Amino acid sequence: MNAQAPALRDPRLNRPEPFTPPLGDGGFFQRDRSIHPPAHAPGYKSSVLRSPRQSLLSIENSVSEITGPVFGHNDLGPLDNDLIRNYAKDGDPVGERIIVHGRVLDETGRGVPNTLVEFWQANAGGRYRHKKDTYLAPIDPNFGGCGRALTDDTGYYYFRTVKPGPYPWRNFVNSWRPAHIHFSVFGSGFAQRLITQMYFEGDPLIPVCPILTTIPDKDALDRLVAPLDLNASTPFDSLAYRFDIVLRGQRSTYFENRTAGN
Amino acid sequence: MPQPLNYLKETASQTAGPYVHIGLIPAMAGFDIFEKNFSNVLVTPNTKGERITLEGKVLDGSGSPLRDVLLEIWQANAAGRYNHPADRSAGALEQEFRGWGRGGSDFDTGLVTFETIKPGAIIDKAGRKCAPHINVWIVARGINIGLNTRLYFSDEEAANAADPVLNLVEPPVRRKTLIATRSERGGKAVYSFTINLQGAEETVFFDV
Repeated sequence: MNAQAPALRDPRLNRPEPFTPPLGDGGFFQRDRSIHPPAHAPGYKSSVLRSPRQSLLSIENSVSEITGPVFGHNDLGPLDNDLIRNYAKDGDPVGERIIVHGRVLDETGRGVPNTLVEFWQANAGGRYRHKKDTYLAPIDPNFGGCGRALTDDTGYYYFRTVKPGPYPWRNFVNSWRPAHIHFSVFGSGFAQRLITQMYFEGDPLIPVCPILTTIPDKDALDRLVAPLDLNASTPFDSLAYRFDIVLRGQRSTYFENRTAGN
Repeated sequence: MPQPLNYLKETASQTAGPYVHIGLIPAMAGFDIFEKNFSNVLVTPNTKGERITLEGKVLDGSGSPLRDVLLEIWQANAAGRYNHPADRSAGALEQEFRGWGRGGSDFDTGLVTFETIKPGAIIDKAGRKCAPHINVWIVARGINIGLNTRLYFSDEEAANAADPVLNLVEPPVRRKTLIATRSERGGKAVYSFTINLQGAEETVFFDV
């Protein structure tokens, strides 16, 4: 994916006057649900009882959806984006050392600054540090498996970790998740809230995963697969993968409705 | 050929999975890692407004509670003002009240709780008064894309009857799925809710 999308033309330059703006309140671009997994995706069995059967009710963005929580550096600790060190007890975790980096953008190509990105994953053997995970692969005493970062002024984030292993799960008898890292992203408004998963280039489990293949759009699926990025790797230390995340674009405010009396 | 628009496409959603707590509420996963943690308590001693407890469950299509669900809430303060620069309404801002919290369901009962304040009525940009409400976002194993809903309050009948979003819900009988029921416990207000993901009493979910 091209992170440096060309700057968009200012839509005001090309229009005959007068024109009616699409929406006057600076809401978000309508979500294109054809690229997202449907709620009811029978191949991923848990979705069958957990998916609404009624249509979603579409509502125009109001202040409730345009706004969202604001986070700052006070919310984070100094090791929060370093999974190699943030749970180290008596040494480094076992596994393939990697850097994951990228930008959080919106659909207009602008970086989303100062937004919270959270991530969690299994260890190198595919075992999660979670009381409900009973997979026989062992816990790594030096690996917690979670972290978080705030994007900088350009929307850039990065963290260091070990590459997670695949793991089996109870869907079909022989279902295995590809190696993946879970991501949670906020954006600037609550309507941009997104949870997704990042996968690794070349993983042969990707095309047979019942969760990943809930995504109906091939290009949308490919955008979850992070390419190896040798240019960002640290020689004799860590490989790197690049994962850009795109949140919904935000409409410009051309004209606002005026409250009566203003 | 027209000029290309060159918009990027949104990143596709994926389920949060059963181990969402590791990243978002590590104490529930069973370990301590961050110096500062987010929680389901939105209030500090200085927060203005009526203290309330929100408590409820999320039920699947068989009526069983989800015991691995995670909810986030986003709300205005008691003056009806969101703590965000895009809210330029007149209500007083409270720097200490972020207005956001997250809570996981109990692994045995499925109960989710929040300690917060009752939000004030919100004036939207068109100048319409919106009934007090709390925005809710739901993720879990089996939920492929986060579900958005709202909680309104049973003791705000007149405001609810005039609310522009509630009035979009058809048929009207479904509006009651968005109303949390007030009761008192130990002198404190408790609002109870049930979110039905599927079935006869299915909660209204929004495409926001």
